[in-house]
Amino acid sequence: MTDMRVPAWGWWLMGLGLAGFVAMLVITIRRNRGVRRSLYAWPYTLWMVVFTVLPLILIAYYAFTDKAGSFTLENFANFWDSNRAMKNDLVRQGFDPVALGMGARGTVNVGTLVYSLWMAFLCTAISLVLGYPAAHIMADREFKLGATIVVLFIIPMWMNFLLRTIAWMSLLEDNGLINTLLQGMGLPKLRLMYNSQAVLLGMVYNYLPFMVFPIYNSLSRQDPRLSEAAMDLGANKWTTFLRVTFPISMPGIVSGITMVFMPSVTTFFIPRVLGGGNTEMFGDLIERTFLTADDWNVGSALSLIMMVLILLSLGLLRKVDPEGEGGSLI
Amino acid sequence: MQEQPRLITLENVSKEYDGTVVLTDINLYVRKNEFLTLLGPSGCGKTTTLRIIGGFEVPTSGKVIFGGKDITNLPPYKRPVNTVFQKYALFPHLNVFDNVAFGMNVAKRPKDEIASRVQKMLDLVNLSEYGKRRVESLSGGQQQRVAIARALVNEPEVLLLDEPLAALDLKLRKGMQLELKRMQQRLGITFIFVTHDQEEALTMSDTIVVMREGRIEQIGPPKHIYDEPRSAYVANFIGESNIIRGRMVRDELVNFCGTNFTCVDFGFPKDAPVDVLIRPEDMLIVGEDVGQIVGTVKSVLFKGVHYEMIIDAGGFTWKVHSTSMQPEGSRVGLSVVPFNIHIMRPMEEAVAND
Repeated sequence: MTDMRVPAWGWWLMGLGLAGFVAMLVITIRRNRGVRRSLYAWPYTLWMVVFTVLPLILIAYYAFTDKAGSFTLENFANFWDSNRAMKNDLVRQGFDPVALGMGARGTVNVGTLVYSLWMAFLCTAISLVLGYPAAHIMADREFKLGATIVVLFIIPMWMNFLLRTIAWMSLLEDNGLINTLLQGMGLPKLRLMYNSQAVLLGMVYNYLPFMVFPIYNSLSRQDPRLSEAAMDLGANKWTTFLRVTFPISMPGIVSGITMVFMPSVTTFFIPRVLGGGNTEMFGDLIERTFLTADDWNVGSALSLIMMVLILLSLGLLRKVDPEGEGGSLI
Repeated sequence: MQEQPRLITLENVSKEYDGTVVLTDINLYVRKNEFLTLLGPSGCGKTTTLRIIGGFEVPTSGKVIFGGKDITNLPPYKRPVNTVFQKYALFPHLNVFDNVAFGMNVAKRPKDEIASRVQKMLDLVNLSEYGKRRVESLSGGQQQRVAIARALVNEPEVLLLDEPLAALDLKLRKGMQLELKRMQQRLGITFIFVTHDQEEALTMSDTIVVMREGRIEQIGPPKHIYDEPRSAYVANFIGESNIIRGRMVRDELVNFCGTNFTCVDFGFPKDAPVDVLIRPEDMLIVGEDVGQIVGTVKSVLFKGVHYEMIIDAGGFTWKVHSTSMQPEGSRVGLSVVPFNIHIMRPMEEAVAND
């Protein structure tokens, strides 16, 4: 925040929202009677209020106000047409923006959003296809190396996510490890970086564990007698998987999809490093709007749109699997 | 019953897990339409034996023969056998109807045949109205009946039951024991039943297989096992018993508690050490003057039908069941008829375990 643009009434509004939230909390706790036990919940509640609820209120506030602090929907209109302000200026000066070739450029933000959703979808689908068999093998009681593989999946997560992504650079670069090896074998170099595939690779690499672990959990918790019962009733291994193991692991799948899809949609940094600016995802757009363009109002509007989309997709998942663990995230 | 052909035979079946021996040299046959019970404490190998018959375990050595064919390595889904699992293992994602229909759906039977057979089976287990219910919404007894229906609807030649009644309360268990026995007789299916409950085994079975530490201790009809246990272990496991070390004086005369008793057993070497079994209900309380041994009543418990008295006599603490009560501290005589004295070869380990 470069300067305090929040007018007095805005602070009042925030205070009111916060007070309402606290009041609701108190009522809920009173009603549940567990007064003594609920005391322990207060530090977490305070934490949530300060670092989650308050920022959310702020984002909502910024999204619906202009730089002067008065109510507006302009930020959302700007989302659909990113050059709106400039075009309005041109129209005022008597020019025709379309004639100047500015007609199509307005959809840049929407394009980024669709691209982000598409990339997140691909990332989730690839993670599922790769992750499910991995989780299945790890959860197999007969497979002695299962625990080792679980640890191998966890170890990379001890390293910082930025470092892990940058590490891919040194592999994929034009003069990186892979291309050096190819050259050594007398093969032509490949252009591995600065494209969507590289970004996708980075995303799958980073988010795959979040798909594997929920599925692994639900598979390893599954009673082995259930698949025995299926085989007892005449189902061979494949039928047993299709009719019993897979459907019962559905909550784990939904949870995995949620855990991969959410961060995928808001991915930033990976596209910048591995996509080299040729590809921009919604997370980068939000970051750029806040930090480079220094436009907190439009940035907040973008964040809000993102949030609504994520909530919608979670709601959809919940419809698919009402009992699932993923549904409980909303 | 005895005329029925042998359906399943286990030949010298042994099983090891990572060097731990679970089953040693099991030889066993099951006749058609027989109700056979594998009885023993937990860890005796009874469930492993059942799982080998079901195809969930492959024996380390030995053969499983079904109707003349070696099925030792046949996977479970190719065996004409269905199982009622411990804790039922019902499919949580399917409703009652689909659970019962599972086997026929896998076998791709026509839809109308499935519907009518499932409904008939649900009627049989008194769950006609429950087809659409989720399995989790059912009580333990209802879930158990779904498990039985799910297995029986496939008309298996043999039904395997792995402690199916263990999770039920006493009253429900008694009811289900009768119901299972009735079903078995009506449907003419061979039942192989696993339990650690000796009373359950005695009420339901045609044949009981008593197992101990991976070996078969004794096979026979319930009455025979109760009356003629081969060892102190079997005697202790089935029914209540007084087991006392004794010595064969000669044929039909045994000495224990410093007294000679006439019995009906013979063929032991002279002065051979033996285990003497006398059931609590066979120990008769008589007048002090006519008793074969004399002792003092230590405690009295009312058990409903009878009194259970603990009586110190002849250096041994006897458990005696009688419908007439003797007050605590009173002196009584004890007597036993020759026919009710059962002589067994001593089992060193069995005694050491007691």
